Amino acid sequence: MSSPTRVRADPGTEPRPASRLPVPLTWVGFLALGLLLLPIVGLLQRAPWSALPSILGESEVLEALRVSLIVSLAATAACIVLGLPLAFVLARRRLRFPRIIRAVVMLPMVLPPVVAGTALLFALGRRGLVGQWLDSWFGVSLPFTTAGSVVAAAFVALPFFVVTVEAALRQAGDELDEAAATLGAGAWATLAHVTLPTIRPALAAGTALAWARALGEFGATLTFAGNFPGRTRTLPLETYLALERNPEAAVAISLVLMAVALAVLVTLRDRWMPR
Amino acid sequence: MTVTFDGRVARSGWTLQVDGLDIDEGVTAVIGANGTGKTTLGRAVAGLDRLASGRLEIAGAVADDPAAGVFVPAHRRRVAMVFQDLRLFGHLRVIDNVAFGLRRAGADRAGARHQAGVLLERVGVDSAAWPRRPAALSGGQRQRVAIARALAPEPEVLIVDEPLASVDSSGRAQLRSLLGDSPAGHVILITHDPVDVATLAERVVVLDGGAVASRGSAAEVTASPGCEWAATFLGANVVPGRAHGTSVTTEGGLVLDVAEEAAGPVYVTFPAHAVTLHRDRPAGSARNAWQAELRRVDIDGERARVHLGGPVAVKADVTRRSADELNLQPGLTIWASFKATEVTIVT
Repeated sequence: MSSPTRVRADPGTEPRPASRLPVPLTWVGFLALGLLLLPIVGLLQRAPWSALPSILGESEVLEALRVSLIVSLAATAACIVLGLPLAFVLARRRLRFPRIIRAVVMLPMVLPPVVAGTALLFALGRRGLVGQWLDSWFGVSLPFTTAGSVVAAAFVALPFFVVTVEAALRQAGDELDEAAATLGAGAWATLAHVTLPTIRPALAAGTALAWARALGEFGATLTFAGNFPGRTRTLPLETYLALERNPEAAVAISLVLMAVALAVLVTLRDRWMPR
Repeated sequence: MTVTFDGRVARSGWTLQVDGLDIDEGVTAVIGANGTGKTTLGRAVAGLDRLASGRLEIAGAVADDPAAGVFVPAHRRRVAMVFQDLRLFGHLRVIDNVAFGLRRAGADRAGARHQAGVLLERVGVDSAAWPRRPAALSGGQRQRVAIARALAPEPEVLIVDEPLASVDSSGRAQLRSLLGDSPAGHVILITHDPVDVATLAERVVVLDGGAVASRGSAAEVTASPGCEWAATFLGANVVPGRAHGTSVTTEGGLVLDVAEEAAGPVYVTFPAHAVTLHRDRPAGSARNAWQAELRRVDIDGERARVHLGGPVAVKADVTRRSADELNLQPGLTIWASFKATEVTIVT
């Protein structure tokens, strides 16, 4: 309890407004923050700092890193190529069932990844809805290939890109597009010179979020693409396996993945979630 | 060259129906209360809104005719627009905002920037501002940039929506003269400012409730405004003069007392109903009273609009009864006066 005599004058600053939060609410709030911090601390405390370079230099880890980079970057590219048109359709077209369509777009965000993987298997697997045609017409089989990992990672990462970009498009409105049209800019010129530059921060944020999500993908990848070293075994899969035979390696890889995730969020600062 | 508008634009809840409106070259003011369709008319001419039915021709070419399946998109019409909310491109420098239309027309970067610089100089934007983003400029400066940007692709039709709303007073006269001799053949001026109409417009179109209520020269529309709003709007007296402190000397040599201080060339504006008429020199305050020749009286219901000549051309609204009592006849010499507090000074 602070008494009036303890209130000190602080010339040159605004008076500090009295807090109107119930005190227990603040306590629980900080408790929750602690809960979120605890795993990070646990990881840091178990980190084999001196052995880190040698563990991360192991051939299995390097191979998983290579697969992870290929898969996550390819998935991110797919998210941009497919997600940008989808974001435009959602933001600018009048759709018939907007709520249902929006729910479908956001579904992979909340779906258990193993369910996503199972669903992909029945859609794109060798006997799947589309997969059987891919196999018999083009001889393409996605399950248990690097391409399959890319599909799984893109599936779960796509909504992060779409939702971020769509929100930015809605916020930007079509006023500037109209202005560009009256100045002689056709649809493509308007897109290239006005719309995309205007939403550039959201494009960067959506790309970073999608990449981070793709890099961390585990369940859908394991279910749909399996766990083959050098083809589909990404860093998260490697971490899970390492937990059995070499816990120090699991901690080391986890540290790397956590550092990447934190770096993405800190770089994005307040842009990390759409309004 | 003419813009011919004969059709209907449907927006959610209401429609704009314009029958056979010919907009000739020069400056046409479009006036009307809020929500009467002024901006919609401009947007349809620009190609931002489609006609629901009817036909729009720009310079003899059909721009919109839904029955014939013709719609020329906005970017293929030589119609530029200065938007009420300006809509400058925030990611581009000021100079590249103005160069935008030139670039789209195929100019190379250096050539477009050079031409944009010439235009920015003409509208009075200092070259120090050219490399900056629009957000770093004042509202008045941004408005000038928007006008320069619209003029850059040399449009046949320039639509200006509330052009001078956010320009600082010092720039208004300059921008008015710029719009007055705009290189665009047609200027469609959507405005709420009686001074714009008095100083710029060769013709006036009055919109009311989504339809044309009146059209013609400023004098014709003033005589027959077609709706209450326009009658009041066009009843505004706009007297040019030169201010020194709280008095303004009109071009006719009359000295008026006003409530606001100003300096240099100004417009003194006051509504027609603020002018009172007297047979004899008004008693009491002798300020802002002068003798004028009565030119014409327009009777409209219970209202009589009296047009005065003499040192300043002024309109006065009186009731029909007092017009009868004063026995107002053309040729009569009469005293006119108004209160200094009824006056707005526009620079």
